[in-house]
Amino acid sequence: MIRVVLPAHLRALARIDGEVELSVAGQVTQRSVLDALETRYPMLRGTIRDHDSGKRRAFIRFFACQQDLSHEQPDVPLPPPVAAGAEPYLIVGAMAGG
Amino acid sequence: MEWRRPGQTWKGVPVSGVRVLVGTRKGAFVLSSDGKREHWEVSGPHFAGWEVYHVKGSPADLDRLYASQSSSWSGQVIQRSDDGGVTWEPVGNKFSYDGVPGTHQWYDGTPHPWEFARVWHLEPGLDDPDMVYAGVEDAGLFRSTDGGQQWQELPGLRTHSSGPSWQPGAGGMCLHTIILDPDEPNRIFTAISAAGAFRSDDAGQTWRPVNRGLRSEGIPDPGAEVGHCVHRLAMHPARPSVLYMQKHWDVMRSDDAGESWREVSGNLPTDFGFPIDVHAHEPDTIYVVPITSDALHFPPEGKLRVYRSRTGGDEWEALTKGLPQENCYVNVLRDAMAVDSLDSCGVYFGTTGGQVYASADAGDNWAPIVRDLPAVLSVEVQTLP
Repeated sequence: MIRVVLPAHLRALARIDGEVELSVAGQVTQRSVLDALETRYPMLRGTIRDHDSGKRRAFIRFFACQQDLSHEQPDVPLPPPVAAGAEPYLIVGAMAGG
Repeated sequence: MEWRRPGQTWKGVPVSGVRVLVGTRKGAFVLSSDGKREHWEVSGPHFAGWEVYHVKGSPADLDRLYASQSSSWSGQVIQRSDDGGVTWEPVGNKFSYDGVPGTHQWYDGTPHPWEFARVWHLEPGLDDPDMVYAGVEDAGLFRSTDGGQQWQELPGLRTHSSGPSWQPGAGGMCLHTIILDPDEPNRIFTAISAAGAFRSDDAGQTWRPVNRGLRSEGIPDPGAEVGHCVHRLAMHPARPSVLYMQKHWDVMRSDDAGESWREVSGNLPTDFGFPIDVHAHEPDTIYVVPITSDALHFPPEGKLRVYRSRTGGDEWEALTKGLPQENCYVNVLRDAMAVDSLDSCGVYFGTTGGQVYASADAGDNWAPIVRDLPAVLSVEVQTLP
């Protein structure tokens, strides 16, 4: 199972407590994880990446295993510890605003 | 703006209370009271931490509410309630312009692609609770016919031949006002900052500017067909051919459904401001909140005064009882005033300082319902059984 951690405001929107555990078929990439997340929680569509282009929203960041994956291509495989469920995939709201 | 005709019943029961729907910078609040409007129950924040530009109820089903929730981080969400704001469900949030959206002018005069930013205003249909219009930034008009699940643009407005010349106001290029004509089902009025007022007579398919008579010294041609920073339009449903307008500067009136306008600022201390609204039972009684200037977005002399005209403009009286008359430097934004339709018309407005003021006697006396909310973006009222 893939572990995903969402920022608080998106957990509230999707009514999620704690981490999300997702089953992802095939290769575990940012795109396949986000596709699985949005399939289970359709209200998150458009809040993490653009509806049409699929691009990450400017103030959202993707971290895992102490790495910033925000600028990686969406179909690059995620680190093995994420694919194995040992480490979470972190969706983070950028530190900005008030 | 909210209205229900006097003496109206809801599901056979006389109306006897109000529900004030407040959108703020950090969530939505629902303020409820009986017909006396003295004691209030406050619920919220709903959607805590998110900007809520607007919350509005369907005139066809008082339990059906729509809310526009957005943030810089996560974009736009539309929420719907089917129980008067007790519980909410996210509905569709995909606002895609029809076709290739083209460009408008940027602040520096260069072409800038149309980009969706947020929903400023939600206007439920008059007869169908599943019908709702959305005015968005960058300026466009969308409609849902399935309770907000799917949104389709009515592109005739954005693709008007003047569109490439539209420029954003300081708050963005927003479509902030939508008025549905109760007598002419195909007639819709909208207003865009800073393009002006537009009218459709074919249910939103085609549009034309209705800005004749406006003069704006801040644009190259003060009497241009488009380019005016219209802040708000208001209409009384019993007399839909009469429109009132708070422009960047100037309070205006049209007696021919926008074909022509004349200034009715009269003796106002300043004619800059944002909201304008009409008494529920008196189509010639209107309200504005004068603001010092475009550079000084607070009341003149630090005194928060609502001005009322009982003559449809020109002659204005200051309403001050219960409002702060010293050291008050808040603003009242364009969507932050509303009226109820109880026999004694209630008037409500919210401030950027987080106060929501109510008057149960058409503005003669005011009291705060709440004092310390986040900055108020919008206020609407439902008159309830």
